[in-house]
Amino acid sequence: MLLRYLFLLLVLLPFKAFALIEVDITRGNLSPLPVAISPLSMDEDSKKNFKKILKKENLGSEISAIVENNLKQSGLFNPLNKDAFLQKPDIANLKPRFEDWNLIKAQALVTGKVTFVDEKLRVEFRLWDVLAGKEMMALAFTTVPSNWRRVGHIITDKVYERLTGEKGYFDTRIIYVSEKGPKTNRIKKLAIMDQDGFNNKFLTLGNELVLTPRFSPTNQMVTYLSYFRNLPRVYLLDIETGMQEVVGDFPGMTFAPRFSPDGKKIIMSFAENGNSDIYTMDLENRIVERITDHPSIDTSPSFSPDGKQITFNSDRSKFQQIYIMDSNGKNVKRISFGNGLYGTPVWSPRGDLIAFTKLHKGKFYIGVMRTDGTGERLLTENFYQEAPSWSPNGRVLIFYRETKTNSKGEGFSAKLWSIDLTGYNEKMVETETDASDPSWSSLLSN
Amino acid sequence: MNLSKILKNGFLILVACLVLTACATQQKKTTGQLQGDVYTGTDSVEYLASGVPDRVFFATNETVLTTASRETLRKQAAWLRKNSDITVVLEGHADERGTREYNLALGERRANSAKDYLMTYGISSDRVSVLSYGKERPVDSGSNPLAWSKNRRSVTVKAN
Repeated sequence: MLLRYLFLLLVLLPFKAFALIEVDITRGNLSPLPVAISPLSMDEDSKKNFKKILKKENLGSEISAIVENNLKQSGLFNPLNKDAFLQKPDIANLKPRFEDWNLIKAQALVTGKVTFVDEKLRVEFRLWDVLAGKEMMALAFTTVPSNWRRVGHIITDKVYERLTGEKGYFDTRIIYVSEKGPKTNRIKKLAIMDQDGFNNKFLTLGNELVLTPRFSPTNQMVTYLSYFRNLPRVYLLDIETGMQEVVGDFPGMTFAPRFSPDGKKIIMSFAENGNSDIYTMDLENRIVERITDHPSIDTSPSFSPDGKQITFNSDRSKFQQIYIMDSNGKNVKRISFGNGLYGTPVWSPRGDLIAFTKLHKGKFYIGVMRTDGTGERLLTENFYQEAPSWSPNGRVLIFYRETKTNSKGEGFSAKLWSIDLTGYNEKMVETETDASDPSWSSLLSN
Repeated sequence: MNLSKILKNGFLILVACLVLTACATQQKKTTGQLQGDVYTGTDSVEYLASGVPDRVFFATNETVLTTASRETLRKQAAWLRKNSDITVVLEGHADERGTREYNLALGERRANSAKDYLMTYGISSDRVSVLSYGKERPVDSGSNPLAWSKNRRSVTVKAN
């Protein structure tokens, strides 16, 4: 499906802008950058055509609203109120009157144009440095009209990258477990949605319990745990075709699956006779390799982005703690030494940090530490939360949080939350139903 | 610091130790339906046959069988020996206060503790399979120590 999307990316003007404005992303959202997102302009003919095809009154405004919302959600930008804009969108895209934008304190300005060309959606947009009075970037691309939401996400990624110096994470999806029903008999389905909560889709019917879906770095495949026929096993699911298959032929429970960074292997736990160890399976030749061999519980494995190391949790010291080892299982080293229990380690896509869940004195924390265990930072504390997953740029963590149930069985909810690496900008990610076990995809386009 | 002061401080520490030990001992005692933090009540228990409870309970993060659990499993073994055509699934569970994947492993380990014990009492492993639900199927949905104790369990379920 992804290949079907035709993106013609062309640079309108070569840019050589000086980094006069930039967003300091190391300090969180203490002073988000004021930006003006002028609605993308449209000619009457294009307006009519898109209205017919997409049932959207003003597609240009809708796309810029996506950009605006994305930037706002990041916590690094403060999109200004459109009512204050003095210049018309079509004129602004040709030549912004910088004094006008300066007046409303905008430091960056996004303008653009949407046209209907040969049954396709063509978008061009420009990013302007208001203070310097310069164009920073100009891009145009063409795609099928039904892709219009992705256009908004791609524009955001480009703007974000230009202003922060880091890749964005907006043209991405989240796979998660949708939950319904009483806690004692929860119905769980795999679901997928765009990073901003739109285009939600259920991938399983809820006939069997499903847990812990994780994206492949190639984005077409998901690995997860299913209780199909009451046999808890790791499965592969092709999101595009809906094809499912069990991974490997193990006599006992397989669980806690993740892909290797190249997408060619699954790493997971296999439990038999009361002992869980870590294994990998090569998806091409189906060769299974045992990685740990220890009488303790070894689970929740996650590869480093270079594929050379693995982090996992084990209770070999009596309690659940975080370890790292080489990808062949050698050089096992405990790295968590703080008070409490540590679990669900996930290696950052940047390679420098490991995110984890910590349980201490009846509270659950999401935190990060360096890969040698130093520099532990707890980002958020709550009654129950776990299972952080990194945004592809290693900037944001998404996890799930459950609320307390009272003695009458009331008050329970499970929701997705996200938080910036700095510990700022914690917010709930809206989902149609209760939700858990989120996993962030990599960027769909680059 | 003179000797009497040292002795006095030492005495205070000793008193503190005694008080703390007393508290620790008190927690181990039976309080209603809990012993330590192992469930000893009966309201969620079902019976495989008259006098044969279907489940055993565990302490937090533990997979070892208590004296009461071993007694229950001996009754189950006796019943299984009498009913040699019956096969069972041991369903292992954890409470909600742990990460999902670790709890799956913990449930598997708990069910296997029970299975191992049944096997030492003469039940063939062919008749006993194991299924971990981790924290996915609590019997009590409450978020309190008593509810959690009921959920840390291995349940013997007839499979045929």
